[in-house]
Amino acid sequence: MTSLTKLRIGFIPLADAAALIVAADRGFAADEGLDIELVREVSWSNIRDKLNIGLFDAAHLIAPVAIASSLGIGHVKVPIVAPFGLGVNGNAITVTPALHAAIAGAADGDILDPMVSARALKRVVEARKARGQEPLTFGMTFPFSTHNYHIRFWMAAGGVDPDEDVRLVVLPPPYMVDSLANGHVDGFCVGAPWNSVAVDLGIGVILHFVCEILARATEKLLAVRARWAEENPDVLLRLVRAHRRAAAFIEDAANLEEVAAILAAPNRIDVAAILAIPNRLDVAAEVIRRTLTGRLKVSPDGTVHSNDRYLIIGRNGAARPDPVQMAWLYAQMVRWGQAPLSAESLAVAKAVVRPDLYDAALRGGEATAGAGEPADGIGAFAGPPFDPDDIAGHLASWSIKRSG
Amino acid sequence: MNTPPQDAALKILVIDEDPIRRAILEAGLREAGFGNVVLLGNTTGLLDQVYRIDPDVILIDLENPSRDVLEQMFQVSRIVRRPIAMFVDQSDRGTIEAAVDAGVSAYIVGGLRKERVKSILDLCISRFNAFARLQGELDRAKSALEARKVIDRAKGILMKAKGLTEEQAYALLRKTAMNEKRKIADVAQSVITAAELLQ
Repeated sequence: MTSLTKLRIGFIPLADAAALIVAADRGFAADEGLDIELVREVSWSNIRDKLNIGLFDAAHLIAPVAIASSLGIGHVKVPIVAPFGLGVNGNAITVTPALHAAIAGAADGDILDPMVSARALKRVVEARKARGQEPLTFGMTFPFSTHNYHIRFWMAAGGVDPDEDVRLVVLPPPYMVDSLANGHVDGFCVGAPWNSVAVDLGIGVILHFVCEILARATEKLLAVRARWAEENPDVLLRLVRAHRRAAAFIEDAANLEEVAAILAAPNRIDVAAILAIPNRLDVAAEVIRRTLTGRLKVSPDGTVHSNDRYLIIGRNGAARPDPVQMAWLYAQMVRWGQAPLSAESLAVAKAVVRPDLYDAALRGGEATAGAGEPADGIGAFAGPPFDPDDIAGHLASWSIKRSG
Repeated sequence: MNTPPQDAALKILVIDEDPIRRAILEAGLREAGFGNVVLLGNTTGLLDQVYRIDPDVILIDLENPSRDVLEQMFQVSRIVRRPIAMFVDQSDRGTIEAAVDAGVSAYIVGGLRKERVKSILDLCISRFNAFARLQGELDRAKSALEARKVIDRAKGILMKAKGLTEEQAYALLRKTAMNEKRKIADVAQSVITAAELLQ
């Protein structure tokens, strides 16, 4: 037998690193002749830099960072290629019990409806302003993050200007929970399992699953440097195949216990160890199990909210990366003043994802999104349908924006 | 080479949770003539702290999740008062690679020229690497000490069980290790485990 191809892949301990971890730790990568060393990282900056300079062959990358890197915004320009989608959805907006009560009190309907909650937030913000109180502070994970754009999209739809009416601050996910507990933030938008951890500790209430704000939102990509993809075409296809098998394995309900155990292992997503919570070694597996089933405890009082779209890994064509999603993320970068609007940049953003490489690896072995998915590929709760070829039109439908 | 006086006045903020490495870095910077060094170990409310300190250069270790917080300061936003850029010089890829490899990253505040920061970053890289070497030596010394303790216990067990002298016991461990292509300490550990099981 020939020796295995060694690869170093960086990841952040989040539930949507699942396909990466299962591919490496359950033998799917080895079946494709790959020996993957997974390296856990503490920041998206580290992931980006180590991918850029070649310390990593591939990475678990938050989709907007792949676009920013390919456009050379905020950092050096390093073209990125993503042949595989590690996850669709998975984020949630969590607030303190106090803010949850304030929003519920100001609501004119059911706050499960994100438009009702966003308008209620607007009233809370105005009331605080009138009383001369400090603006509310919300945490998100990175300037170029889905979390940043998701929470902005939600609150702006209700009339809250995310730059003027509240403070939005970057917080590393492991610090989110602490920051909520000690009052540094009033809420946050983050991926699994951190929302559940806040609920379990009794300090947060999940206000919305982001899948109820945007029905379909690409979250993380399996990313490589474009040059590496050119130099290693065969390895890239093997990598895609290994991850496709891992993603299918994860979505098979019969494997739930095994998957949760693999993910919660030391140096993977062992939440309790990351937070240094003693004697709670079982917490990670339990929280991950909830995440994968989309059945989440949303309040410390035990209320449960279910949505099977909460995090989609190997179903509904989630693994096949979608240029429409990249166009939507680029539109948000333009809307909030991070990127200028140009046809060239839009084309670069769309070309980050490579469904053609996905298809080549699997030889058309899988259907695309299919029934039940939003017609425009996004399914936003507010605004007109998204047209990936008309970013200016998308921006024209919003009054709160920095440019466009 | 003398450091130009304006560089000596640069306010340098070092963000590192490791107190020893922080001190080593500070000493290095002071020796090199940078007298205005501020150390930060606690990253709670980092943005506010950075604005209060108002540094010209920020150095942060890569094990620190708060690196992502600094990235926010590139953004055009109401809360950003002074622009910050990461030290990236496309013409000097080597320095960036060496920095990431050593585990440190540099940020420049308020449009400072990049060449003025390079010497600071070079110094940090060498100090970070020196620290890693020291740490490695310390770890090796610790594990050598542990190994000696394990071997001593195994020798004692073999001397008692087989009526050997200390020298004979050690020779037996060494021979077994060579035959099985294992480390003596590993064989010794097996002896201890076996003895505990048979007790």
